[in-house]
Amino acid sequence: MNIARLAGVDVQLNDEGFFVDPEQWTTEMVPQLAEEWGVPGPITDQHWEVLHFMRKEYFEKGTGPTVRKLGKSADVSVGVKELYQLFPDGPAKLAARCAGIPKPKGCI
Amino acid sequence: MTLAEQFNRSAASSDGDGPITKVSIVISKASLEEIYPGLIMANGARAEGMEANVFFTFFGLDAIHRKRQDHIKVSTVGNPGLHIPTWAGGLPGVSALMTKYMEHQIEALDIPSIPDFIEMISDTGAGVYACLASVDLFKLERDDFVEQVDDIITIGDFYEMAAGGQIIFT
Repeated sequence: MNIARLAGVDVQLNDEGFFVDPEQWTTEMVPQLAEEWGVPGPITDQHWEVLHFMRKEYFEKGTGPTVRKLGKSADVSVGVKELYQLFPDGPAKLAARCAGIPKPKGCI
Repeated sequence: MTLAEQFNRSAASSDGDGPITKVSIVISKASLEEIYPGLIMANGARAEGMEANVFFTFFGLDAIHRKRQDHIKVSTVGNPGLHIPTWAGGLPGVSALMTKYMEHQIEALDIPSIPDFIEMISDTGAGVYACLASVDLFKLERDDFVEQVDDIITIGDFYEMAAGGQIIFT
């Protein structure tokens, strides 16, 4: 188990750096998470759309969405191409880390 | 040390060779079942944060051919995985029927069609390349291919591009 101090709180992360308990996540942690995981530039409304959708899907369906689902969702205003600009190096994986949920499952 | 550095370091030390950071995928055949796996692997590689290039060669060029990519069929002759007799697979209309059935299943799982898939992997930043020798062999030109094709390259270019990563022949 790994412990990271985020926005003054000790958070448990698994071996891949995903939150063990999504309930530990708060919006105050996002700027630090984004910086730690190398999300470029300031956090925009589009980043927040993605993060909120990640959490919504996780709590409704038990797993976060894949990049394709993110790109097709009506809750997210950007497509696949822009998602890779907002969250390079794997948008679903990176957004899941910043949204405090486990790694999304899904092949496509 | 950032979280990214910390976790990338532990991933690298858990395996002597470290994580895969780049894949070059070769698609050389024109049947539905031989095109999808390479596309899924390329998309998955990008989703994992790896660099990915897809190299279409020989009959695999159909997947990026403007007029042919929307007419990719399941191979019904000599395909034991379909569990139908080979003679039945050769009957007129069987390939079209099986293709329709498979396409229906693929759509039900929300997997994109081949043209949409090529567009999607290009959007992920994966490279899409055609093999020069095959392009010459089939007397094709740049205009025969969809706009997502980044370039027509030689095998030498391919190896140069693939350097430092894994090559996957599907």
